[in-house]
Amino acid sequence: MKFAIQVNEGPYQHQATDSAYQFAKAALDAGHEIMRVFFYHDGVNNGTNLTTPPQDDRNIVNRWSELGKAHDLDLVVCVAAAQRRGIVDEGEMQRNGKDAQNIADGFRISGLGQLIEAGIQSERLVVFGD
Amino acid sequence: MSTLHTVNKSPFEKNSLADCLGYAKEGSAVLMYEDGVYGAMKGNAVAEKVAAASGVKFYALGPDLKARGISEEKLAEGIEVVDYAGFVNLAVENDKVSAWV
Repeated sequence: MKFAIQVNEGPYQHQATDSAYQFAKAALDAGHEIMRVFFYHDGVNNGTNLTTPPQDDRNIVNRWSELGKAHDLDLVVCVAAAQRRGIVDEGEMQRNGKDAQNIADGFRISGLGQLIEAGIQSERLVVFGD
Repeated sequence: MSTLHTVNKSPFEKNSLADCLGYAKEGSAVLMYEDGVYGAMKGNAVAEKVAAASGVKFYALGPDLKARGISEEKLAEGIEVVDYAGFVNLAVENDKVSAWV
């Protein structure tokens, strides 16, 4: 089955992104497809490469990047939510005159249309949030 | 048309479980996970409401129960414990998923 996942919360504050990750992993293990993971609201903070959690804690950002790489997932960060929270890729850096970028490996910044498209093209949209 | 309702809030923090039960039709499923698993315990203030929801099947996520020290004997009757693979199966088996976040 074709799934899409929406994550509305950032890492380490609420369980939502952990639940979403475990759900995604279980779905992929069962042979299902995840056509997109859309990070919205504070969920965009899952896509910064500047986090350095203690070594004995889970690295939530890297975990998403690794899962994305292993399964060729489309990890999409909402652009408007990202601009508000300082999640920046090369294009956003130039467009907004910033001197750095911090988008994590495997993530891309795009618009809300990607969420609507995911809702239409997937068979189930599963939302994780607070 | 069956719906999987997911509830991730404790019924003592938010009204999402009660709201969900107001909408859940016969034949639908309710999965309690994260702090929502407190709604699956027997003898608490929402247990009667859960028991009264006829034709609705209730599930609780095992890893979230374990993380909160809720053993299976503390669960209300009729609650089925599932793991993440079971969560995925519920999403597949029902026609849509409605998150009561």
